[in-house]
Order: sequence, then C-alpha cells, then structure tokens
Amino acid sequence: MSMDVLTLSRVQFGLTASFHYLYPPLSIGLGVVLVLTEALWLKTGQPLYHQMARFWTKVFALTFALGVATGIVLEFEFGTNWATFSRYVGDVFGSALAAEGIFAFFLESGFLAVLLFGWDKVSRGVHFFATCMVCLGAHFSAIWIVVANSWMQTPAGYHIVEEGLRARAEITDFWAMVFNPSAMDRLFHVLCGAWQAGAFLVVSVSAWYLLQGRHTAFARASLRLGLAVGLGASVLQLVSGHRSAVGVARYQPAKLAAFEGLYETGPYAPLTLLGWVDEKAETTRGPAVPGLLSLLVHGDPAQPVTGLREFPPEDRPPVQATFQLFHAMVGIGFGLIAVAGLGFLYFWRGSLFEKRWLLWVLVFAVLGPQLANQCGWFAAEIGRQPWIVYGRLRTAEGLSAVVQAEAVLTSLVLFTLIYALLFAVFVYLLNDKIQHGPDAADLTPSGKLALPTRGNA
Amino acid sequence: MSYGSLDLNTVWYILIGVLFTGYAMLDGFDLGVGALHLFTKSDEDRRVMLNAIGPVWDGNEVWLVTGGGALFAAFPEVYATVFSGFYMAFVLLLVALIFRAVAIEFRSKQPMRWWRQMWDVGFAAGSVLSSLLIGIAMGNIAWGIPLDERGEFTGTFASLLHPYSLCLGVTTLALFAMHGAIYAVLKTEGALQARLRSWVNRTIIAFIVCYAITTMATLLYVPHMAARMRAHPWLFSVALVNMLAIANIPRAIQHRREGQAFLSSCVAMAALMGLFGLELYPNLVLSQPEPAHSLTIHNAASSPKTLGIMLTIAIIGVPVVIAYTISIYWIFRGKVKLDRMSY
Ligand code: HDD
Ligand code: HEM
Ligand code: HEM
Repeated sequence: MSMDVLTLSRVQFGLTASFHYLYPPLSIGLGVVLVLTEALWLKTGQPLYHQMARFWTKVFALTFALGVATGIVLEFEFGTNWATFSRYVGDVFGSALAAEGIFAFFLESGFLAVLLFGWDKVSRGVHFFATCMVCLGAHFSAIWIVVANSWMQTPAGYHIVEEGLRARAEITDFWAMVFNPSAMDRLFHVLCGAWQAGAFLVVSVSAWYLLQGRHTAFARASLRLGLAVGLGASVLQLVSGHRSAVGVARYQPAKLAAFEGLYETGPYAPLTLLGWVDEKAETTRGPAVPGLLSLLVHGDPAQPVTGLREFPPEDRPPVQATFQLFHAMVGIGFGLIAVAGLGFLYFWRGSLFEKRWLLWVLVFAVLGPQLANQCGWFAAEIGRQPWIVYGRLRTAEGLSAVVQAEAVLTSLVLFTLIYALLFAVFVYLLNDKIQHGPDAADLTPSGKLALPTRGNA
Repeated sequence: MSYGSLDLNTVWYILIGVLFTGYAMLDGFDLGVGALHLFTKSDEDRRVMLNAIGPVWDGNEVWLVTGGGALFAAFPEVYATVFSGFYMAFVLLLVALIFRAVAIEFRSKQPMRWWRQMWDVGFAAGSVLSSLLIGIAMGNIAWGIPLDERGEFTGTFASLLHPYSLCLGVTTLALFAMHGAIYAVLKTEGALQARLRSWVNRTIIAFIVCYAITTMATLLYVPHMAARMRAHPWLFSVALVNMLAIANIPRAIQHRREGQAFLSSCVAMAALMGLFGLELYPNLVLSQPEPAHSLTIHNAASSPKTLGIMLTIAIIGVPVVIAYTISIYWIFRGKVKLDRMSY
C-alpha cells in the first residue's frame, strides 16, 4: 500500500472518526440514564436516586469532554482533507452541519453547565429540565450528523450543476434531503446503539460492585435500570438493523452483497452465518441458510437478491472486510440480546446476585456495544466504497487538491500520538472514578436540592 | 421559505461575521484566562481561574463550531480553500483546542503536583497557541493569499507566517489576554482579584502597543484594508467607537465597574471585527498577487435556496440560543466559590 494522500487521508479520517465515536454513544446513552434516574428521584424522593444521578453525572462529564475535544477535529477535517468533497456537498449538507451547531451543540453545552455545576444553584425541577435538555441536545446532534452521512449513502433532494471538475450538488428539496431513504432507519439504529453503550456501561460497573460486595444498594438500583434500558435497546436494535438492511438492499445493492459475501444473483439467496470470502475466486465459504437472505430482504425466499458480479470490479467495495465487520456487528448484537435477556430474567427471579459467572459476563458486556458500534460504522463506510457520495463522487475524487502527503502524514502521526495519550488518560480516570465509587455524602442532597419540590413535600 | 429580493449573500456575510465576533467575545475570554493561567501560582488560585470559565467555555467554543458549520454551508468554496490551504495551521489549532478542552476536565481529577502541573501547561499552551493561530489566520485573510483560477491556495505553510500575520497573531493574543484578565477580575475577589487588576493594566498596555503597530502596518503595507475608510470618512466613527471603548477599560477598572470594563472590551472587539468586515466586503478571501481570483460572497456562495433554508434555521435557532445563553450566564453570575463540584 503506497502512502499517498488518499490512503493517508482515509486512515486519518477513519482514525479520528472512530476515536470520536467511542464517546458520543456513551454521552447519549448515559444522558438517557441520567434523565431516568433524576425522574425517579423527583418521583420517589429517595436519596439513593440522587446519589446515582450524581455518580453517573461524573462519568458522563468525562465522556462528554472527550466527545467535545475529538468532535471539533471531524468538523474541520471535511475542509482540511476533503476539500473537493466539501465543495461538492456544501450546498446540500452544509446546512445539516450548521443546524447541528445551532440546535444541538448549543443546547448540550449550555445546559451541561447546569447539569454539572448547578446542583446547589437551582431547584430540583430546573436541574431535571437541564438534564433533559442535555440529553435532547445529544440526540439532536446524532440526528443531524446521521442525516448528513445518510445523504452521502443515499443522496436525495438535489441536482447536479456545472460539469467536470466544477460539478457540485445543489439542493432542490430540503425535506427530501433530510428524509433521504436511509436517514431514519440509520438514525434509529445509531441511537439504539448509543443507548446500548450507555446502558451496558452502567450494567458493567454495577455488576463489578456486586461482585466485590461494595455499594450494593447503589449497584442493585443501577443494575436494574441499566438492564431495562439495555434489553429494550438491544431488542429494538435488531428491528432497526433489519430495517436498515432492507434499505441497503434496495438503495446500495453492492454494499448489501458485500455484507453478505454474495456474488451470484439469484432466488433463494443464502444467508451465510459466518465464513470467509475468497475475493479472487469470488466465493464465500461457511455455513449458510438457503433462501434466508431473500426472505429477510424481500419477505419471500423465491425473490432474487443482487450479487456482486452485477457490478464491475472498480465499483465494488472491499468484500472481505465489509463482510467480516458486518458479521461481527450482527453477532455481537445477538450476543447482547442474550446477555441482557438472561440478566433480566435472573434479576426478575431474584437469583442474579448469586450467579457470579453471569455478573462477570455483565462486567465484560460493556465492550459489546463499543465493538459493535465500531464494526457497524466501518462496515457501513467501507461498504460504501469506492464512493464518497454514493454513485456520484468517488472517494479518490473528494480529496483536497493542495494538501501534500507529508502534511497529512504529520497530522496523522500527531493525532495518533495525542489520541493514544487521551485514551490512556480516559481509561485511567474512568477506572479511578469507578474504584472511588459513589459518594456517601450524596445521600444527603445539599443546597436548594435539599428542598423538596412542590407536589411531593 | 422565500426571502424575496433580499441579498442573502450579504446577509450571510454579516451572520458569519456575527458568529465569529460572538466567538471572539466569548471564547476570547476563556483563551485569555488560559493565557494568564500560569502566572497565578497557587493551586487554589488556579482552580478559581479554571472555575471562572468552567461552566461556560464549552458553550463558547460552540460559536466556533457553528461558525465553521455556517461557513461550510453558506460559502463552501471558502471553507474548502481556507481549511485545506491552511492545513498545518488548522491541525495545530485543533491540537491546541483539544489540549485546552481536556486539560480543564482532567486537571482536577488527581491531586498530584506533577499531574496538575502537566495539565496547567497544556491548558495555557493550548490557549496561547489557539489565540496566536486565530490571529495569524485573520492576518492572512487581510493580507491576501495566493489563489489560482480555481480558487485553490498555491502557497505553503511557511508563506503564511509573514511579519504582518504574526503581528496580528500577537495582537490577538494580547487582546484575548486583556479580555480574559477583565473577566477574571469580574469573577474573583480578595487578594487574587487585586493581583488580576494590575494585570488588566499591563495587558491593556500590551494590547494598545500591538494595536498601534498593527494599525500602522495596515496603513503602510495593506492599504486595501483601509481603502473603504478613506473613501467614506464617516466609517471612521467605527474606529472611534473602538478607541473610546478601549480607553474606557482602565477607567472602569479604576472605578471598580468591572462589568462595564468587560462590556467595553466586548464593544472594542465588535468594532474591530466590524471594521475588518467592512474593509473586506465583498471579498471573503483576498487573492494576492492576483486579485481577480479572490473568493467573494458571490462566486463562493451556496445556492440562494440553501442560503434561504439556512436563514430560516438561523431565525428559529439563534434567538433561542441567545435566550438560554443569557439565562445560563445569569445562573452562574457572581464570584467563583469553590465547592465539591468545582474543577
Ligand atoms: C451518534 C452521534 C454522533 C455522531 C455519528 C458524530 N457525533 Fe460528534 N458529537 C456527538 C454525537 C455524534 C455528541 C453526543 O453530541 C457529542 C459527543 C459528546 C459531546 O459533547 O457532544 C459530539 C461532539 C461533537 C463536536 C463538539 C461539539 C461541542 O463543542 O460541544 C463536534 C464539532 C462534532 N461532534 C462533530 C462531528 C462530526 C463532524 C461528525 C461526523 C463525521 C460527528 N461529530 C459524528
Ligand atoms: C462517528 C461516526 C462515524 C464513523 C465511526 C465513521 C467511520 C468512517 C470510517 C472508518 C471511514 C474510513 C473508510 C475507509 O477508509 O474505507 C470513514 C470515511 C469517511 N466518512 Fe465516515 N464515519 C462516521 C460518520 C461520518 C459522517 C457523519 C460523515 C459525513 C457527514 C462521514 C463522512 C466520511 C467521509 C467524508 C469519509 C472519507 C472517505 C473514506 O475514507 O471513505 N462519516 N468514516
Ligand atoms: C442485531 C443485529 C444487527 C443488524 C441486523 C444490524 C444491521 C445493520 C446494517 C444493515 C447496517 C448498515 C446500514 C447502512 O450501511 O446503511 C448497520 C450499521 C450500523 N450498525 Fe448495526 N446491526 C445490528 C446490530 C448492531 C449493534 C448491536 C450495534 C451497536 C451497539 C450496531 C451499530 C451499528 C452502527 C453504529 C452502524 C453504522 C451506522 C449505520 O449505517 O446505521 N448494530 N447495522
């Protein structure tokens, strides 16, 4: 692989985007957990919920800070590394990015101040409101960025003006752009993945405390909440993932064929459960269920599914990588449903706390959503290749004309070093917070929060 | 929504100016506090400084993010040319902003001296570097950069570091340091406040010296950035507002009217940005030595449809943003008190 500007820019974008994407799912998912905990606190008035809200807020603050620090890189990277692409798409989805700033980031960052520092300064009701706004802002930011990315996958509501090097997309219908064919399915899928990430972090830390016999009251309450959200999101994830796949089959058939390692077009298309793609021989080996892919995609096993041979080699994505990443995500998805289901079942029966093996599984389950989120994005983005705007602009054409390989190499090395440092510090501080545990002092709310709200005095 | 015959390109030129001015007024004081951070010696003082900006710096930075997003949407050619052309400068800016952001969050999490020292340096260095780079970028936009007929930058990173842009970099740093010192005085009390007061005076002097040099350099070497004022002498009133506002700062500090000093500093910034915008208009990026290749609000803009959609978004969004930004500053008004939640 020659280290040209294209390769370097792709590696850099992949690195910075996936590093960023370690944190937003946690911010979004923990945001939901915080809203629920504070709601429970407002409703029941139990100090335990106040303690939970305080503890998870601290973890939230940490993930949020890293999300912010790494997000700015992405926002500017479109311009620094993908200038031609920016010229091409600016008219269409620039407005989605601007809307993200105005509607989402301002909301999140503004109310974050109250969420983190306002405990003693505002009443319970106002604090709860601020928490809801932060959570809403985090969800809004997911909306706009996923809309922009989905437009690149399934462009709609635009036309092309000018020709050759100056060709670019111009918007014709804003709402068609926002509700482009894949946007809503993918948004739903991304949000479920984020809820899973937050919920399983809560589950993991709580299970760890239970194994150690520390903070048991806190851990039980957190575990219950985490399992409930985690199970709900995991099941919904299957639904949304399926809907996404149906959409991909329709709008990006080459990508779906790569997901499934399918070369031959035909009826009774098989679903390969796991396997190995031989890109030279154009075959995929591994246990497969005949007809299942056709059934899932069309609801009818006799309907044909398009295979990769329909596409000239230069229009095919890298098949092996796409296939493996996609299967890893789906595999983890089923695994998480099973783990959350078992946890919930035993919790409900009251025997979870004796099942140490299951608690250990829950401790490690936190890695599942993170891995699946990464695999999902890589599968979706690599499966889109060689296009940067599907069917319109090739990735190789989207580069910045004026940026030299040495410059990109320098920035890539710089970002790699800094991200390695940040990741180490993040893990160290997260571990520190977890070892420290919830504060006993938080069982007695202070300041204005000590005053009960009207209604449950 | 249709906005009839409104000149949307000019409206967006102004709105983007407003976003970047908002950024300078708000994040300017965060960066200034950061630049002064290492001059405070005790851990307690440093914590007070950090907590003075603690609840608001992230929201302030969003002005930059939104400004960048709006530039992308309204003038994609400018976004593409400037960001790819100033590649290394922006990478450094990003690195600086990353360090500033995480240093604020990480510093207080461990009590060890080396740990705090490390993030203190990260915080200060990140702030100083960001301020310098922002100024250098402004300096290059004013001076003009070499563009080809496609609007692509043809210079190098080193060619961006000429005396004029460096001069603007240092001026920006001094301006932010002054702004930050005033803000810090506003948020502190006691001995620390007394020390900060003397810094305000020093930073004002530093800024005025830099400002005088920059103005002179502009008049001598960058005449196109003063051409409009020469043609329309009434524009001089904007410059006058700027000078009066700056002159008012030491006076207000003397009379312990910190709020007024802070507002004056904001007005000075707004006037500076206003002058900059007035002189640049209708260009967004000046091409030198080939002015015909300049990117203007016409040849670099998105379609009227996009500009209209964005205006609708702005009309809905901006008042809401301003409303809750004000309420959040209100909730966190008054002097910094360190407590359990503080950094
Ligand atoms: C599923 C959600 C999601 C996805 C796919 C992305 N982000 Fe992100 N981003 C968030 C969800 C998020 C967030 C949850 O809203 C963050 C993380 C923590 C935070 O503070 O906000 C955030 C922060 C964040 C910030 C800092 C905002 C601030 O200063 O407050 C910027 C500039 C971006 N992002 C930009 C991007 C870009 C350009 C992306 C695409 C390449 C991207 N994000 C992918
Ligand atoms: C945080 C979520 C995201 C992740 C984890 C992610 C992941 C990736 C990865 C791994 C690549 C490299 C693919 C390759 O080199 O084959 C990539 C490429 C790219 N993605 Fe995404 N992506 C995300 C969101 C987005 C969004 C929202 C957009 C656009 C609005 C976007 C635009 C791009 C572009 C422009 C490239 C460069 C072209 C390329 O290298 O393929 N990405 N992304
Ligand atoms: C349970 C079975 C699952 C199925 C059938 C499924 C299906 C899919 C499909 C078809 C895509 C590609 C969409 C596109 O390219 O437009 C996708 C992408 C993605 N998946 Fe999954 N998925 C599953 C589980 C999961 C899990 C458990 C997670 C994370 C916790 C996850 C996270 C993602 C992410 C982040 C993406 C990239 C964004 C997107 O394209 O929507 N998925 N998934």
